[in-house]
Amino acid sequence: MSASASVPMPQAMTYREACKQAIRAAIIADPRVFLMGEDVARYGGCYAVTKGLAGELGEERIRDTPLSEVGFVGAGIGAAIAGMRPIIEIMTVNFSLLALDQIVNNAATIAHMSGGQFAVPLVISMSTGAGRQLAAQHSHSLEGWYAHIPGLKVLAPATVEDARHMLQPALDDPNPVLIFEHVMLYNREDVLDPNVTEVDIVSAKIRRPGRDITLVTYGGSLFKTLEAATALQQDGIEAEVIDLRVLRPLDMATVIASVARTRRLVIVDEGWKSGSLSAEIATRVVEEAFFELDAPIRRVCAREVPIPYAAHLEQAALPQTAAIVAAARGLVRGA
Amino acid sequence: MTDFRMPSLGADMEAGTLVEWRVKPGATVKRGDVVAVVETQKGAIEIEIFNEGLVSEIVVPVGGRVPVGTVLARLEGAAGAREPAAPPPLPPPAPPVSALPVTPGRPRISPAARRLAAARGIDIQRVAGTGPAGAITVADVEAVSPAPGAMPPQRPGFDPAAMRQAIAAAMSRSKREIPHYYLSQTVDASAALARLERMNRERPPPERLLPAALFLRATALAVAKTPELNGVWEDGRFRPGDGVHIGWAIALRGGGLVAPAIRNADRRPLDDLMAALRDLVLRARSFALRSSELSDPTITVTSLGDRGADAVLPIIYPPQVAMIGIGRIVTRPWVIDGTLGPRPIVAITLAGDHRASDGHRGGLLLAEIDRLLQEAETL
Amino acid sequence: MTEKVHLDHAHGRSLLTSMLRIRRFEEKCFELYQSEKIRGFMHLYDGEEAVSVGIIAALRPEDAIVATYREHGQALARGIGMDALMAELYGKQQGCCRGRGGSMHVFSRAARFYGGNAIVAGGLPLAVGIAMGDKMQGRNAVTACFFGDGAVDEGAFHESMNLASLWNLPVLFVCENNLYAMGMALERAEAETDIARKAAGYRVASEAVDGMNVVAAEVAARRAIAQIRETGKPFLLECRTYRFRAHSMFDAQLYRSKEEIETWRKKDPVQQLQSWLQQAGLLHADEIARIEADIAAEIDAAVAFAEAGTWEPVEDLERFTLMDKVPQ
Repeated sequence: MSASASVPMPQAMTYREACKQAIRAAIIADPRVFLMGEDVARYGGCYAVTKGLAGELGEERIRDTPLSEVGFVGAGIGAAIAGMRPIIEIMTVNFSLLALDQIVNNAATIAHMSGGQFAVPLVISMSTGAGRQLAAQHSHSLEGWYAHIPGLKVLAPATVEDARHMLQPALDDPNPVLIFEHVMLYNREDVLDPNVTEVDIVSAKIRRPGRDITLVTYGGSLFKTLEAATALQQDGIEAEVIDLRVLRPLDMATVIASVARTRRLVIVDEGWKSGSLSAEIATRVVEEAFFELDAPIRRVCAREVPIPYAAHLEQAALPQTAAIVAAARGLVRGA
Repeated sequence: MTDFRMPSLGADMEAGTLVEWRVKPGATVKRGDVVAVVETQKGAIEIEIFNEGLVSEIVVPVGGRVPVGTVLARLEGAAGAREPAAPPPLPPPAPPVSALPVTPGRPRISPAARRLAAARGIDIQRVAGTGPAGAITVADVEAVSPAPGAMPPQRPGFDPAAMRQAIAAAMSRSKREIPHYYLSQTVDASAALARLERMNRERPPPERLLPAALFLRATALAVAKTPELNGVWEDGRFRPGDGVHIGWAIALRGGGLVAPAIRNADRRPLDDLMAALRDLVLRARSFALRSSELSDPTITVTSLGDRGADAVLPIIYPPQVAMIGIGRIVTRPWVIDGTLGPRPIVAITLAGDHRASDGHRGGLLLAEIDRLLQEAETL
Repeated sequence: MTEKVHLDHAHGRSLLTSMLRIRRFEEKCFELYQSEKIRGFMHLYDGEEAVSVGIIAALRPEDAIVATYREHGQALARGIGMDALMAELYGKQQGCCRGRGGSMHVFSRAARFYGGNAIVAGGLPLAVGIAMGDKMQGRNAVTACFFGDGAVDEGAFHESMNLASLWNLPVLFVCENNLYAMGMALERAEAETDIARKAAGYRVASEAVDGMNVVAAEVAARRAIAQIRETGKPFLLECRTYRFRAHSMFDAQLYRSKEEIETWRKKDPVQQLQSWLQQAGLLHADEIARIEADIAAEIDAAVAFAEAGTWEPVEDLERFTLMDKVPQ
């Protein structure tokens, strides 16, 4: 219509819509890509991510599965080995435990056990995290468990941009890649820069620079941490916020470079502390950058309880902005 | 001749007990024959033989418990068994920790060593590290400063932030715990300055006396007469000092201050006090004070000097019970024998701990300092 | 549409040779295990050879195989070299998986052999997916999935049967029912011990066959595979068999009697076929002796190959944990 039509316009989009566009684009681009999971087709996805896609792309490419996590996750692994590029959607990380055998014993090991004869180019996506009063069997943040497993890659897109663009490199990767989408992010809206058409699935990103303290986080806790950084700024504390993005393999170079500048570290993670991803990050910083630290490492994590139903208890169990602010202030001011 | 050995039956089997021999010396055996029964943690298992030949000797009798690989019997006319596989080569030692980021000018030092160095006033830049990646450890700091309190040399590099923290803590405690009272006395310094001028007339500049020395002497003598203000408040009661050890507040370049003690100041002549002052200021500013000097004072004096304010209301340094402030010497109108004239004036102030003394004693102390300064020629 | 099995001299010789290779190879493995050349867990197939030989005889090169940790038989029957297999058991880098897998994890890209799965029933969902991937890419391939009676106890069996049937996937489910899941007897584990009958619940066609008879196994497999290719639907073939040796090397077999073992030994699939071929005049003793001699020579060569093999450098330890690209 006009000359300006050729210039891509910045577009406001929800995280949910970004996930959907990513799936749609990937399936259209490559005949080997298909998505399967529980209620992804006719129902439209538990979180409405795939709503309408089956009608557009066909039920062969957006495939409803029975409630058989071990069956369809294993089938996805088999299809990947046989040459397809499946996206397996598991409703929530808690349900993925039913398929843990297939993910850990097959997807993660076949390349190694076969001496490199087979790869498993597979994407498994699932929701994670609390905040919607879904109680103790739908709210846990178990991505740290998967980040324990050699042979897997684990992603945690927090921004709309990452939700839109992390899927394609995950599908291009020759290894099983798990993508964790925090339930509180689906409704978040952001303006997508049309000039960004791809992102990496390797690096952590500094979402806010600062010189006084490093706040490391990922996924659903990113925005609480950014809020905390804004609050800290009013106290004269400049916090640097790192979004890990990739939970395995960890981009420790970015974390350590930041800690070497700020000398203080707070890790914010909705997982529990014991035997956790936050424990791993703290340990690696101590192992690799011990002499850069000016203060002990602090963690703001979920309380060590199953996530409760009642809203006030659920919120009390989760890392909150005020706790992040307090932890950071304590390290900087010694209070 | 070949050996028949205790077989390995499982990855977790380390030994077995021979419970039955199914063959005797002289027996002929062939591949696949069950020749013995071995008891393991999983139960009795029949053992096959893989060679043909004549059993020439039973080595392990029934009841013998032996490790996997032990010769159980010998065969004649059997093809020799191969030796067990050579073990895989040992893995090389774990690679060293990846190269760590190094901030230029920031030595690697453990938190414990950093704390120790700060406590002993040691410049960590001058400590050679022997820990991982050349890090300074507690042992390295102790090598520089073997024993606490034994007059370790102190060096530049004193951490101003740590000092700030120390001052903050002490002053907060003082204002929190000590009920201060304040007194002020304006003193004519003419006599004192006249004495100095006379004494300094023949001296080269480095040896000249400063007003501070006179003030110090006068204060020391006055304090000696007012023991309620000389000492410390500890455990809920006043303990008098074992002498007049005057802490002399010295501002440091770059911020902060220290107040090292001039011990028994009341018994030291003027020149001696002056020398002590010069020495202390020099050493304080080069971070070479002794730790004992910092813990000894029984009362502290702060003299603002000629660039200071007219008067100071000091905060007592706990656990001491008094502090004396000496303002800048200024020329002001002064009434002498009913007529007005210019005079060098100095405001001498006192902060006293009301738990240990009352304002009356404090007033006596200030009056005594005034009196001594008016008789400066005798100091 | 049923493919006939013509048991002529050549085919009879081929089946016998294939079973004898497995039998003799594993006898050597047993010896090598006891002298600590082979380590880890090792599960022998002694007595069950007719199952893998009969079924794999009915497969085409483009078909896929998923097997269990008791898979030496399938590997040899499918054509994985004895040298490479023995070297794998030794843990040498000349092994078919560079010594990464060992006895329980044999893989071969060339043979479309997808393990070697040491989780009971772990291979079934995988087989469903391989069949699915083949079907979606228009390949006319069948995936043969071997598993034991113990796998029937697992949920994965039921989910996989259902998915394969629901989605019309070309999977030949082969249950090697040797009556024991380690020491757990079938009748102590399953309310319905007729495994073939379970398929009906998933609308999967099924058949039970004498797994001690290689010809019967092959005939049944050909029939089942023909049906799979025709209908595109899965098939469950229950092969009733028996292992003569312990579950793994370290097993005192407290759960079954010697009499039971001896009864089954009388049905030894290798002996059965050999006797039948001789009685039928299809194979003479001197030819059998030549086959045995050839196999012995092949085994000696495989052992020598494995002995001469080298250890993968420890520097390569983390290789293949993550792949740089998908092997083509």
